[in-house]
Amino acid sequence: MSSSATPLAIDARGVRRVYNIKPKPIVALDGVDLQVEPGELFGLLGPNGAGKTTLIKVLTTLLLPTSGTAHVFGFDVARQTRELRRIMNIVSGGEQSGYGLLHVREQLWMFSQFYGLGVREGWARVDELIEAVGLTEQARQKVSSLSTGQRQKLNLCRGLLNDPWILFLDEPTLGLDVSAARAVRELVQSWQKAVAGRTILLTSHYMAEVDELCDRVAIVDRGRILAMGTSDELKRRVQRESIFELEVDRLADGPAALGRLPGVVSAVQPSASDLDGATDRQTVRVKLTLADDAALGGVVHELGRLGSSIVALAKSEPTLEDVFVELVGRGFTEREQEGDDRPAGPDGRPPADLLGPPDDSGAPTGGITAEPVETAR
Amino acid sequence: MSASSGPASVYVHRRTASPAEAATWDRRRQVAVNLRAIFGRAYPRLIGAQREPSWIFFEILLPFLTTSAFVFVYRALQAPPEFVGFVVLGGAMLAFWLNVIWLMAAQLYWERDQGNLELYFTAPISMMAILFGMAMGGLLMSCLRAGIVLVVGTLLYGVVFSVDQWLLLFGVFCLTLVALYGLGMVLASLFLLWGREAWHMTQLLQEPVYFVSGLNFPVARLGLLGAVAVSTLPLAVGLDAMRQLAFVGSEHPFGLLPPEVEALLLLAMAGVFIGLARVFLKWIERRARFEGKLTMKGT
Repeated sequence: MSSSATPLAIDARGVRRVYNIKPKPIVALDGVDLQVEPGELFGLLGPNGAGKTTLIKVLTTLLLPTSGTAHVFGFDVARQTRELRRIMNIVSGGEQSGYGLLHVREQLWMFSQFYGLGVREGWARVDELIEAVGLTEQARQKVSSLSTGQRQKLNLCRGLLNDPWILFLDEPTLGLDVSAARAVRELVQSWQKAVAGRTILLTSHYMAEVDELCDRVAIVDRGRILAMGTSDELKRRVQRESIFELEVDRLADGPAALGRLPGVVSAVQPSASDLDGATDRQTVRVKLTLADDAALGGVVHELGRLGSSIVALAKSEPTLEDVFVELVGRGFTEREQEGDDRPAGPDGRPPADLLGPPDDSGAPTGGITAEPVETAR
Repeated sequence: MSASSGPASVYVHRRTASPAEAATWDRRRQVAVNLRAIFGRAYPRLIGAQREPSWIFFEILLPFLTTSAFVFVYRALQAPPEFVGFVVLGGAMLAFWLNVIWLMAAQLYWERDQGNLELYFTAPISMMAILFGMAMGGLLMSCLRAGIVLVVGTLLYGVVFSVDQWLLLFGVFCLTLVALYGLGMVLASLFLLWGREAWHMTQLLQEPVYFVSGLNFPVARLGLLGAVAVSTLPLAVGLDAMRQLAFVGSEHPFGLLPPEVEALLLLAMAGVFIGLARVFLKWIERRARFEGKLTMKGT
């Protein structure tokens, strides 16, 4: 470890990764600075091709950074690979690792041997993980016959076999149905909370997933981190005021009665498009814009004084996609559809490392030679 | 999946105080983990052989036809009887060569395409352990196959062995396997580096290698070419030594070098090939991390 104090779980400084792909080099990571505290569940959010997977591969010792440094729990990803590999694991969405001929139990046991679990200890560990993820019925089924969701549960079991201190989850719920994805998220959260200091770096382009799971989020695009913070902090970047949808049984003077209160920026009748088809109700609806949430107390008090009863109150939140749109000028889908203006591989797509997991399974075929054009080491 | 209902041990299996403690392994633990990894990687080979018995047809019965064809040719030509034994011995040893070429040399290349290679590299084990595991799994299955060919061939064609030095014969057999699988480990590393080109090269070289290895005739008959083969191919030198030791007193001298010398040659080959494999693997891992080839499929 680099120091006696607890080091950062992830400490990346100026990480750059360049591929020398003709006709011009591709910059997959362009000076990424990222610090993740131990115990954090940190999300990397970005469209396909943003550089999320490349960053994970650098941090998991699969790729060397072209320049810059990265440490995981104090271990240099370039030089201290042996130590780092003892405390980490990685699970990728759409992962097809292992051997189709093996049964689920056997495959996991094989991997348990790579992490030094004893023979019996390995079987016991495999069985409890299989039970925890609900694969008991498939335990003696060939891996090749599993569904996508079952396969991903198997992958997650593999990732937890060695009790890693840091778990890299690269699009872990990719292709899963709603209930399977929820189950994966629950297990991941429970596992992380069981031991203080366990850290997870999650990449995803599912904004709701990142929003729900992550303590902090970095929005990544074109190899750069555009913004970082808690989900709330990021959303406040696009909405510095709090917006509430208020519905009351009556309001004699109309919304204007609330507009004069301290902390209330505006109180207006919602536009027709905001009304959700509920215009026929015999209530009064008000769109409240407050300087901050604290002003809501004054509004509620004033409604009581006016003899109005609250029928419904909902806070209108911006989404992380709104944040992305503000930062990039395009939504995720548009960003992915517009493609990448960087040079593509012979199949017309960026190289595998620049793509998110959905495209990694169909990685570029022969012809691409990826060579760094510069290196720090 | 019920995350909250699982036993606590699901979430905490081996508690360590800190990442630094978890990352600190003594030499003994490191060796133990690598030994377990060898066993772990050998496991799919053993299971696979049980689960898909079609290999008995493809890997024993079909190759045995080639062996039989040579037996009938030698008999038709009224060759000395030990030549039938040469062919049976060659047929048995062919099992190991096929295993090295098709299930070992190319394996890392296929592992990468399956996504396994990334997991091997990110596991806290040496890639040598993975290669040893592949070798061990293949070796056990090939021993079974070679044993069947040897026993059936001997009984069917009435081969009479004449052995004076059983221990040396067994030693040469073991050294041949170590050197052969060492070569397989070197090839596995090179396949990873060169991918499809290496695969095509293997296909191209398959028949010439069979030929110069003297699988079906004494390699000494090839003269200088045989000498070159003996100095580079473990199978050629191993077979030559084993034939000399298994058919003592043949009226037709056929050995290229004394078996003791060939045993030393095999020992040297084993050391060189395993050493080379280790060096290549380290170099290739470094290069692959540099170029991204560990993660790029199909290249």
